[in-house]
Amino acid sequence: MSVVKYYSKFERFWHWTQAALIISLLVTGFEIHGTFQLFGFDKAVSYHVILAWSLIVLWVFAIFWHLTTGEWRQYIPASTGHIMAMVKYYAFDIFLGGGHPFHRTRQEKLNPLQRMAYLSMHLLIAPAIWISGWFYLFYSDWPAVGLEGLSLEVVALTHTAAAFAVLAFLVAHLYLALTMSSNFADLKSMLTGYGEEEK
Amino acid sequence: MFLRDKSLFSILSTWLLPGLLFLFNSAVSASSADLAEIKKSTADHSKFEQLQREFKTGPDVTKACLECHTEASKQLHQTKHWNWKFTNPETGQTVGKQVVINNFCLSVETNYPRCTSCHIGYGWKDASFDFTSEENVDCLVCHDTTGTYKKYPAGSGHPAYVDKLFPPKKGKKLFKAVDLNKVAQGVGKTSRQTCGACHFYGGGGDGVKHGDLDSSMTNPGKSLDVHMDKDGLNFVCADCHTTDGHDTKGSRYNITAKDTHGVDIIGKDDKSRASCESCHGLQPHPETADSKLNEHVDRIACQTCHIPTYARGGKPTKTWWDWSTAGRKTADGKPIKEKDENGYVTYVTKKGNFEWGENLVPEYHWLSGNTRFRSLGEKIDPSEVTKLNVFEGSYEDENARIWPFKVMRGKQAYDKVNNTLAVAHLFGKDKDAYWKSYSWSKALENAMKAAGAEFSGEYDFLETEMYWPLSHMIAPKEESLGCTDCHSKNGRLANLTDFYLPGRDNNKWLDGIGWLAVAGTLGGVSIHGLLRIIANRRRKRK
Ligand code: HEM
Repeated sequence: MSVVKYYSKFERFWHWTQAALIISLLVTGFEIHGTFQLFGFDKAVSYHVILAWSLIVLWVFAIFWHLTTGEWRQYIPASTGHIMAMVKYYAFDIFLGGGHPFHRTRQEKLNPLQRMAYLSMHLLIAPAIWISGWFYLFYSDWPAVGLEGLSLEVVALTHTAAAFAVLAFLVAHLYLALTMSSNFADLKSMLTGYGEEEK
Repeated sequence: MFLRDKSLFSILSTWLLPGLLFLFNSAVSASSADLAEIKKSTADHSKFEQLQREFKTGPDVTKACLECHTEASKQLHQTKHWNWKFTNPETGQTVGKQVVINNFCLSVETNYPRCTSCHIGYGWKDASFDFTSEENVDCLVCHDTTGTYKKYPAGSGHPAYVDKLFPPKKGKKLFKAVDLNKVAQGVGKTSRQTCGACHFYGGGGDGVKHGDLDSSMTNPGKSLDVHMDKDGLNFVCADCHTTDGHDTKGSRYNITAKDTHGVDIIGKDDKSRASCESCHGLQPHPETADSKLNEHVDRIACQTCHIPTYARGGKPTKTWWDWSTAGRKTADGKPIKEKDENGYVTYVTKKGNFEWGENLVPEYHWLSGNTRFRSLGEKIDPSEVTKLNVFEGSYEDENARIWPFKVMRGKQAYDKVNNTLAVAHLFGKDKDAYWKSYSWSKALENAMKAAGAEFSGEYDFLETEMYWPLSHMIAPKEESLGCTDCHSKNGRLANLTDFYLPGRDNNKWLDGIGWLAVAGTLGGVSIHGLLRIIANRRRKRK
């Protein structure tokens, strides 16, 4: 086993800033939604909009980074066989003390299920929330660009549905990230960048 | 060295400078006081020979006015203030006080002398009034500055020329004989007081009708009306309700529900300043990160947020008038008067039951401008509450905005056979007048005949409501509504359900499934984690 650098400075910055932004967006978003009261509706809206713009800027940089470094390949889905092996591991072997079917390397730092989950986050949930959020934000300008036929309800419900997906994702993500490695090794490598290669 | 410097400087600053400033200041204030002495107007009416003769009646004064202001009466003859009639060019409907039915004193027909004490003319005592008469235009009721000119309540528009009580003979209120010379020589611009003399007392008493107009607006403080604030901006009515050849702008009968024209300045002017946008423009709020406030102006009338409540000046407005209970008398046949704890009448034999309210939350509706008023012959459905006016507008209609309304409710008579509203002859000395005979049959028969409407003779009472858009009593910005007054579950717009309102609306299916998914994930990982712990322990024990 050897210790290698998994996560570059930018990647760690991106991950943790995004985490903070998404959690704050969840809080302010669900306040707007009427789920609870914290900042007050008007502040929640202002914060949400500022946070949303920040997230978008961050995403633009992240996309650029993924494309230029080639790290986007980390999200190419694994074969069905590999995915099923992971499912089998989480569903049975983990309780029986079976070994992990996947060994993390610098080249393949995400297991097949992580690849699937992060890819759907990046290709489905994030665009859904981003696009619906943008329409929501520019609601007053719809008539000017010929979109008066669009329904605010559809836009708002799409946005809300995507927000629920983000929340559910966050729950599962936290569980897996914090409990699947011993002594919080995953968390540590996301903070320091370094982790062991499992060969 | 340091000390010397300081003392020199301190002498200068503590004595010399303020002294100079004081001298300068007093010179300035003295000269502005002198200026105030000189009238803003170039004409001093007390110096005009035409006004130095003995006037017997109002029309005598008008004749004198017309000697110089040769076109004034002709201008006024064109206005709603004179005709009480107006044909809305967009709906084609003829409306105005002369034709509209309300749920206060029902209609002007057959009740002229009482109603026309708020007409800008003299002598409109019945349907034969001559609307082409120039001398019967009342200049003084709008242009009096002495505060002593008052129309006598049942005088067909005339003031009291000799000392008179109201009600006549046994009344409590004395109307002193007017000094027409003094009034005529003191004429000037209109004021909150002159406009208010009629408009604050609509419906027959202080604040009764509108709710956003009552005598508290004669000298309002800042929190009652930021614009009219007597110690601040001190607007008069005509500052917004500008006139053009004596035609006053800003009528309810063809309201500008959404002014897309913006600031009115010379060269870029629609000749009406009677909308908030006329001065505040189309982006009235400061820019913010999300510019959400300014984005609201397309669908929310300014009044909606800036009139948090109405009837705020300490005068209640009437909210309910039930004519069906009128006519009740004591055992020995005397009329009854009941009052609430604040001294406001809640029952009177002539008029039935009333309810009053102060600091009222408006009701909100979409309004695109055009209002239709129910006409006398129109069929009604007595099983429903009858709306006396209906207006166009909905979320779908991009010209509509959400407006605040006072809704006046009550019960009034209708023709049971024809299913039409009925108007009543209330005021008069004849036997048919309800306030003489207390006979609805006679009063209705009389007024319906005069109005040229069919009447079967059978009547009952039905519930009606009438919508009064609010535009006055604009509060300072700190007191205007906040987001959650509407963007919340049981907010002020709870009844406007034809659109998705963030913070108020959600889809219960989506929310159900969403929370289920979140809870399911949480439950799933918890069970998974628990099973892992249990399995681990077992393995260790082995
Ligand atoms: C992880 C990211 C985000 C989450 C979890 C989230 C969540 C939410 C939620 C739950 C609501 C309330 C929806 C409703 O009840 O109608 C909301 C409202 C909104 N969101 Fe987001 N959102 C996110 C990102 C964004 C982005 C990227 C944008 C803009 C590009 C955006 C713009 C908006 C806007 C404009 C509103 C409506 C605010 C208003 O009422 O004016 N959101 N968001």
